[in-house]
Amino acid sequence: MATTHSRRNFLKVSALSGGGMLISFSLLNLTAEAKALEDVVFTPNAYIKINADGSIVLFAPNPEIGQGVKTSLPMIVAEELGVDWRKIKVELAPLDSRMGRQTAGGSGSVRGRFTELRTVGATAREMLIAAAAQQWNVSAAECTVDNGEVIHKTSGRKLSYASLASAAAKLEVPTKPALKDPKEFKLIGTRVQDVDAHKIVTGQPLFGIDTRREGMLFAMVSRPPAYGKTLGEVNDAAALKIDGVKKVVKIKNAVAVLATSTWAAKKGRDALVIQWNATEKLENTAEHFATFKTMLDKPTATPQRNDGDVDAAAQGAVKVLDVTYEIPTLSHGQMEPLNFFANVQDGKVELFGPTQVPAAVRTEVSKQLGIPEANITISSPRQGGGFGRKLMTDNGVEAALISAAAQCPVQVQWTREDDMQNDFYRPAEMWRYRAALSATDLLSWHQSGVGIGRGVRGDSYVAGAIANYRAEGQGLTSNTPTGWWRAPGANTLAYVAESFMDELCTALKKDPVAFRLALLKKAKEQTVGKINYDPEKYKSVIDLVVKMSKWGTKTPGVFRGFSTWFSFGSYVAQVVDVQMVDGQPKVKKVYCAVNCGRVINLSGAENQVQGSIVDGICHAMFPKVTFVNGAVVETNFHQYKFLRMKDAPTEIEVQFVESDEAPTGLGEPALPPVAAALANAIFAATGKRLRKLPFAEQLG
Amino acid sequence: MAIINLNVNGKTLSVDVDPSTPLLWVLRDHLNLVGTKFGCGMAQCGACTVHLNGNAIRSCTLPVSSVKTNAIVTIEGLSEKGDHPLQQAWEELDVSQCGYCQAGQIMSAAALLKRNPKPTDQDIDNAMSGNICRCGTHVRIRKAIHLAAKKSKK
Ligand code: FES
Ligand code: FES
Repeated sequence: MATTHSRRNFLKVSALSGGGMLISFSLLNLTAEAKALEDVVFTPNAYIKINADGSIVLFAPNPEIGQGVKTSLPMIVAEELGVDWRKIKVELAPLDSRMGRQTAGGSGSVRGRFTELRTVGATAREMLIAAAAQQWNVSAAECTVDNGEVIHKTSGRKLSYASLASAAAKLEVPTKPALKDPKEFKLIGTRVQDVDAHKIVTGQPLFGIDTRREGMLFAMVSRPPAYGKTLGEVNDAAALKIDGVKKVVKIKNAVAVLATSTWAAKKGRDALVIQWNATEKLENTAEHFATFKTMLDKPTATPQRNDGDVDAAAQGAVKVLDVTYEIPTLSHGQMEPLNFFANVQDGKVELFGPTQVPAAVRTEVSKQLGIPEANITISSPRQGGGFGRKLMTDNGVEAALISAAAQCPVQVQWTREDDMQNDFYRPAEMWRYRAALSATDLLSWHQSGVGIGRGVRGDSYVAGAIANYRAEGQGLTSNTPTGWWRAPGANTLAYVAESFMDELCTALKKDPVAFRLALLKKAKEQTVGKINYDPEKYKSVIDLVVKMSKWGTKTPGVFRGFSTWFSFGSYVAQVVDVQMVDGQPKVKKVYCAVNCGRVINLSGAENQVQGSIVDGICHAMFPKVTFVNGAVVETNFHQYKFLRMKDAPTEIEVQFVESDEAPTGLGEPALPPVAAALANAIFAATGKRLRKLPFAEQLG
Repeated sequence: MAIINLNVNGKTLSVDVDPSTPLLWVLRDHLNLVGTKFGCGMAQCGACTVHLNGNAIRSCTLPVSSVKTNAIVTIEGLSEKGDHPLQQAWEELDVSQCGYCQAGQIMSAAALLKRNPKPTDQDIDNAMSGNICRCGTHVRIRKAIHLAAKKSKK
């Protein structure tokens, strides 16, 4: 009985959200679904499951890459559902056509799902209330919910969700459930621990790398040692002699060795004798920058934005600033080296592994193997970091190709060296910034950027506040692959623009905060053209960080830098305090004010902001990728340097601007401004303007 | 291949492996103790940290043949009930982000607390600088170590 009703509800809810695809989902997975539903009493939608034993499971729809959505998304459902957070179970959902955009990227998970998930919870709540009201023969309006129970307000009678579940499952699904008054929120806005906190600290299997399946082999892959090289002759005789090595298969431009253990697979992979032929140009970082320079010297015909006339404004200038900033290539360096499990058998594919885009992996695997998407299941475990690397589908697709070629289930494991040489890098960039100044004011702002792979945008903040403003961007074609890296675009633009802003303040002898507030006032009151930011919200974070940091006061030996940026819908302002120790900055404290709308999980939100700040300082200070003849010089963490505990800020203070607005992004926005805040503090301390990343190698 | 006897988390276990295999992969692939993580394979990141006779070591570069009778403790064996003061403090302060580095961080911290029950920030910086956290949980890790030190005193 339960099964039938549950399935009926599946269909009803699907109609509600307009998902015609559900029908195919249900039919294709009929057996699996029927089995899964055996114990399920009530599942009004894909996000909630109430089992016969009364246990409640909430499904987190988006991949968990360390941004905390396995906790925060179910919190939103739980709030409206009215359950005791400590008593529910949370699981990551597999790819499921009823769940919309199941992607981790663009700080979009909470942003995009807030209202949807509230509705999901409210739908179930109303059905449970209706079931109770029926049983008591009272009106639903007389009932309320708390901690997994429906309560009849006047009589105080109570019924648990578990006892109501099967009755609720027979009811119509409400199309417009009433959402809670946010003033009544009990869970949203509180501090909640990550749902996996205990599993993490006790070392339980959680990650893709921990996948173990019956009959599975471990694989390591030999991929081209440089961009521009292609697979030639392969001699696998020595590899096959290694104890534990079972198979060697060729796929496209790579060779995989499958073995009974990771170590045997690695030994086998390293024993392959492969001829790699240079079939394209083998590129060098030094050449990239030389080309950038010549490109920047020529004006572009079509700027992204051109307000007023920057050249005419420069005519009347007392002073002209003309400076160039350099940004290196970066690798993602997520802590969990890539891996993926695939089992291709009898025209069916099972995929399991780290990805920020499960739907795209399935589509690509379907295309490459010629197996319909309907025959491919994919889900992802908790992931050891994403940072944009897993927006690419290569690791999942490669595993599927290997499993298909080897005809067995396979867990492909990458080494750190594999990760470093086969990334989709944060592209190198070069920026030229020009400004014309009168004795007291800024007359024009002209920014021009060039980067590998794609052009650079120049339409954000500060545009709109200056009468003469020009932004240009150009892309350089290269065979070194580029991709998205935490806060794409913003992470470099904020460093350059907010450092340059500090240069302007120095030249004009203005206070960095007062100068920015004056610009924002102009942007608000005398807006030039279109702007993509809200000057009031910018001001809200600047005001808050000024208060937090007591901006304007001085501590002997401590030097301050200021910076602010808007990205992914959120506004951030930061003050960084440094002391110089042996020529290097020691960050004593970072003050950070954030306006990201309503905060869902205060603990997770603070963690994201603190982490973004540390991540931003790390990448401002230490790592860079250098290509020599198409090969990455920095092969592992001995050369690709990350921040260590001794380099981490002593303290980070985070405050959120109180807001009733819907949540905006939080996994990225606190990263972009910090490099400039740090550079500006180092300038205050040393008089040295750092126009090139990373900083550490230029100091001490 | 060779039969090798190991003392892991208080138990004697025997494995039939290539003696050159790093301890990390023996733990993960042969003993199914996957809490110890792989991050770099060259003693640079600390994700693979375990205890060898109470000292924090990087298991990714230690050939299993050289372990001999020395006692190995992994994250799974750090406490019987998952309630080592560090594990409690980590949960209480919600340290983890992705969580991938944290087993290694906790094992490094546990070795530190054993030889220095009341570490200063400076002591923590020194002992923990072999562990990388890409997510940037450093400030909370420092706090959690202090909290665990306080808890253990009681
Ligand atoms: S994996 Fe051993 S230190 Fe990185
Ligand atoms: S929590 Fe992600 S690497 Fe440390």
